[in-house]
Amino acid sequence: MEIVYVYVKKRSEFGRQCNFSDRQAETNVDIQPDPSQAKNFIERDPIDAAIQCASDMSEHEVNTERFEMENEGVNHLEGGWPKDVNPLEMEQTIRFRKKVEKDENYVNTIIQLGSLMEHCIKQNNAINIYEEYFDDEETADVADEPPSAKTINVFRDPNLIKRTATHLSWHPDGSKKLAVAYSSLEFQRSSKDMSYESYIWDLENPNKPDLVLRPSSPLMSLEYNPKDSHILVGGCYNGQIAYWDTRKGGQPVELSTVEFSHRDPVYGMIWLQSKTGTDCFSASTDGQVLWWDIRKLTEPTETLVMDISRKGVLENALGAIALEFEPTMPTKFMVGTEQGVVITCNRKAKTPAEKIVGTYSGHHGPIYALARNPFFPKNFLTVGDWTARIWSEDCKESSIMWTKYHMAYLTDGCWSTIRPAVFFTTKMDGTLDVWDFLFKQNNPSLSVKVCDEPLFSLRLQDNGRFIGCGSKLGTVTLLEVSSGLCTLQRNEKNLATAMFERETKREKILEARHREMRLKERTKAEGKEEDVKVETEEEKPEELLARVQKEFFEIIEAEIRRKERAAKLSKAQEKEVTDENEDEDPYKVRIHPRVPPFPYCRLIPRFYPPTQTPEEPPHCTLWRFSVSLL
Amino acid sequence: MLPNLFVVCFLQAEVEETLKRIQSQKGVQGIIVVNSEGIPIKSTVDNSTTVQYAGLMHSFIMKARSTVRDIDPQNDLTFLRIRSKKNEIMIAPGKSPSASGFQASC
Repeated sequence: MEIVYVYVKKRSEFGRQCNFSDRQAETNVDIQPDPSQAKNFIERDPIDAAIQCASDMSEHEVNTERFEMENEGVNHLEGGWPKDVNPLEMEQTIRFRKKVEKDENYVNTIIQLGSLMEHCIKQNNAINIYEEYFDDEETADVADEPPSAKTINVFRDPNLIKRTATHLSWHPDGSKKLAVAYSSLEFQRSSKDMSYESYIWDLENPNKPDLVLRPSSPLMSLEYNPKDSHILVGGCYNGQIAYWDTRKGGQPVELSTVEFSHRDPVYGMIWLQSKTGTDCFSASTDGQVLWWDIRKLTEPTETLVMDISRKGVLENALGAIALEFEPTMPTKFMVGTEQGVVITCNRKAKTPAEKIVGTYSGHHGPIYALARNPFFPKNFLTVGDWTARIWSEDCKESSIMWTKYHMAYLTDGCWSTIRPAVFFTTKMDGTLDVWDFLFKQNNPSLSVKVCDEPLFSLRLQDNGRFIGCGSKLGTVTLLEVSSGLCTLQRNEKNLATAMFERETKREKILEARHREMRLKERTKAEGKEEDVKVETEEEKPEELLARVQKEFFEIIEAEIRRKERAAKLSKAQEKEVTDENEDEDPYKVRIHPRVPPFPYCRLIPRFYPPTQTPEEPPHCTLWRFSVSLL
Repeated sequence: MLPNLFVVCFLQAEVEETLKRIQSQKGVQGIIVVNSEGIPIKSTVDNSTTVQYAGLMHSFIMKARSTVRDIDPQNDLTFLRIRSKKNEIMIAPGKSPSASGFQASC
């Protein structure tokens, strides 16, 4: 229903200014109370009214100023002995003790306490009341909760001029300490005041670093020796290698000589498995991979030039950024380069040319991280440009799985040490992504915004639960991942194996197909040169044309025939109708010929038998028609 | 005089027996008997450990006892157990000497 109000206005009055006038208030409506309405209501007595009697409270948050604390030890000396007894003299103490033991009170107390103590010990031995009662039930709940990550602690660079945390390394035993290498990655942006120090942080104390390492040039990478937790080796910005012993302080124990070191920042540094536990190798963007023995850093034990053409020419070499080494496969190692190529190398090869075994190219930019899956060493993860890719060693053409192209550059990545299908990546927009490709392939299953500045490095602790992320301003954030992401799910290994195999097979099939296509093209290219082949090729299109034409006409004819048949069928139906009409009864009433058949209806007569038998004198029998309108 | 001594000696043997009995229980690592001033009287472990335990426990017992007394003045501390990941320290505070034993947790 539309409510409309119509009013009339003279055309000459349009556009006239409004002249408002004042008038007295008028009562428009006056509704008096109507007592008869009260009968529609019932009085309620008593009424429940809720009143809150709680005291008013407000919530406030206060952050106090940081209170500087330092832990220091105190040396205790034995005391409490009475004045005449010298605690250091055995005789006097023994004499004193014997005196106390002879006291009657002592004896009684001891006996009484002894029985009490015995009672408790026996209690302990009888039942362990602190045992784990609900061990089995806990595992059921884990799968349901959504993945999450919690920030546990943040370690900030104490210097004024912030440097990027380029590399993180966890302490090998127990992971209570974290070594962080700080340097400035921006080209020629490091100021004179920038400090060269790198720190070892104790997780309990985020305010002050546990140990300060003072190299002669900022450290790009830093690694704890997995065999000896006091030794660390670091690669410097100027290409030198240095090693520290934490028992000896912050100065490096030894530095490699400048002439034999790298000529570019040392981006990757990994310890090797060896009997002496002192071997390591380093990689740098100058194209070399050098092997060192810690005890003699004056010159590298071995060098390898990252030249894919296997000629060992330094000019053609690719700059190496990421290094990968798995202790279970001591002869093989992989290098990720600036040009987006992963090179697999065999250390035990005789000639340098044979050392480079294969290459995998697929990234458009430098490969910042390279890691083998700890459960499936044949598959490895590379992180570079805007994607992360998973490769299988067997497929050299392309990666078997890859993420979509993100908006931000990916800077680092690593596999989870507990779950074979989970890996972590960091991006330039400060987010940490957790990917679980058994759960979701297109998107990370968890994406956490760690900080506003870009994240540059990532390291997972060995138990798979804690992750340290280093950012551009030197802030290292320690995150704890929810238990769903760091406990092995049922069947996960099998599912991951199946997935890897499937993807590998797919890639292999694609590779084979590509190869076939390329072969065909090559043979075709060779074939076009011969004349005979040319003719056959020309005939082919003519034949093709003829064939196509024939087919076309066939189809058309078939269509025409079908239509004719359909028309015939309909006509036949009508004829049948009329035929039947005449056959049935000669006394039928003829339809007036003038009655035009309706264009929209077709008379389908229904035949009702005549009410009279034909023997009877004929008179008009009415045929009842039912007309159906089409 | 003699009977007294005798009694004392007899009781002394009982003390030894009690302590031995406790020590022989399953899981008991050691026993320390400390007097009210915190001086270790008897101990089955080496001196440095004894001194460490005695020094640490003393203030702890004081605090625990005062806590119990604060909550209810009629109450008193009868037994104290400190359970840790690796073992359990059990302290029986008496009027004068207090015995503390430590037992490995099962």
